[in-house]
Amino acid sequence: MIIFTIAARELRSLFLSPLAWAILAVIQFILTYFFLLYVEQFIKIQPGLAQYPNAPGVTEIVVMPLLDTAGLILLLVMPILTMRLISEERRNRTLSLLFSAPVSMTEIILGKFIGILSFTLIIVALLAMMPLSLLAGTNLDTGLLFSGLLGLILLVSSFAAVGLYMSSLTSQPTIAAISTFGVLLLLWILDAAGTTGGESDRVFSYLSTLRHFQPMLKGVFDSSDIIYYLLFITTFLVLSIRRLDADRLQH
Amino acid sequence: MNNDVLIRIEHLSRHYGPIRAVENISFEVKRGEVLGFLGPNGAGKSTTMQILTGNLSPSAGRVIINGYDILDQPRLAKAELGYLPETPPIYRELTVYEYLLYCARLNKIPKNQLRNAINSAMERCGLTETRKRLIGNLSKGYQQRVGIAQAIIHSPAVVILDEPTVGLDPIQIREIRSLIRELSNNHSVILSTHILPEVQSTCNRVQIINKGKLVLNESIDDLNQQMQSDNLLIAFRHPPGIQALESIGGVVRVNKVDNERFELHIEPANDPTDKIVKMSADQNWHLYELSPQRRSLEEIFMAITSSEHQHVDVEPQALSVAAGESN
Repeated sequence: MIIFTIAARELRSLFLSPLAWAILAVIQFILTYFFLLYVEQFIKIQPGLAQYPNAPGVTEIVVMPLLDTAGLILLLVMPILTMRLISEERRNRTLSLLFSAPVSMTEIILGKFIGILSFTLIIVALLAMMPLSLLAGTNLDTGLLFSGLLGLILLVSSFAAVGLYMSSLTSQPTIAAISTFGVLLLLWILDAAGTTGGESDRVFSYLSTLRHFQPMLKGVFDSSDIIYYLLFITTFLVLSIRRLDADRLQH
Repeated sequence: MNNDVLIRIEHLSRHYGPIRAVENISFEVKRGEVLGFLGPNGAGKSTTMQILTGNLSPSAGRVIINGYDILDQPRLAKAELGYLPETPPIYRELTVYEYLLYCARLNKIPKNQLRNAINSAMERCGLTETRKRLIGNLSKGYQQRVGIAQAIIHSPAVVILDEPTVGLDPIQIREIRSLIRELSNNHSVILSTHILPEVQSTCNRVQIINKGKLVLNESIDDLNQQMQSDNLLIAFRHPPGIQALESIGGVVRVNKVDNERFELHIEPANDPTDKIVKMSADQNWHLYELSPQRRSLEEIFMAITSSEHQHVDVEPQALSVAAGESN
């Protein structure tokens, strides 16, 4: 249960600084703006849609674009959230508290990861309120909604794992943030390489985080996408554990 | 039970690239002992402590804490360990109580004992009144106390304190020293410092490390004996000639300090103090001052740590101390 002790402290420290509140507020503001934009769009085209059989509903036209936008915005925000995870402890020399306690490196990393993950779950929960509020006036495709939300959670968790690893590499939070942002952006746009055709480009395209998120927004729930994210997260967590272990070896 | 070895260090070395920070150090600390770790800046004190607490891996050698190897059984070994690094590892945004609660949980103190453990640690470190204050707002001295509270909260067998009295005021220093003595009742304590009187007043064993090597390992009692030097300072109102003093049995050499004062180098086995007093009374020398000269720990420290680059006046005794390093 040490993992949860570390996670709880991480979450608590986040909320004790204005950073977490500011991030929650800004994300909520921007996403609400997008949400209203999509709703307005839907109201405009709604009369036309009625003429077609099997026309896309409110979930496809409002909620899924919203989740798509949320993915992009969280890509910009996650580096700021994860940058301090380990680098700041290293800079303030508080890591030795964890190192000299009867706690393994795996527990430290998992604790930190779960701590930051809980915060992103709060963001996603606040985000999910908006589409759920539509239930007051209309019916939602709940299956599609949950597939989309699950996709978003997996996507953001993989961002968090990258951020955690980058934070373990340095003692400067800003450097961690910038390198996390670089990696995330690269993994996002790798998809563009695949569109130009060619067999080798397809491999790059497959590595893109975006590529495994899109199907879920369409309601395609492919277990290989889930496994991709789980492998992705595990890889970066293992790298972080190894990096933290190496702290003791060299200096 | 009272004599069990709680810390055993075997041939410990640590290199940073070509720099040898610690080289082939071996020692033991028993239950109830307070070991003072002395050395000039950069001698390898902090490196040694970091290795002892598992914050740094040794390049060679073993560290055994209460029977558990710190590399093979880190969990068991670290549970027996409390560590205060040079910079106290505190989270400024937490209150004292929250922070200690976190430390207590990290050290796996059972739920029903958490409150007691925290309260007793706060009490011992004089933090009870500041329990609800943010650590970031506390003065340096109080932050240091929080650091110490963190190290003793799970009453570990071994407490390792890296310069615990830095930044404290004299009253706090005295309190911390008595706390350390109190700790030594059922723990072993290793204490690094460069404040020499601190070692003399709190430790019962001293180790001096210089350039990564252990150059002295003595109990305080032995050291006090060593410090009892064979010099005697005497002063007379009507001083006799140097010749007269030199002729007294047991006096080896006489140095004239000023017109009335003399420094006598004596044979410890054949102490001439009595004879001098008697002769002074008989011959009206008017003895008014007589004091045995003690060498301070500082002099020994200086003699040992500077003997390598420049040859200061090292007395043969200090050398024998230095030679008696790795028993």
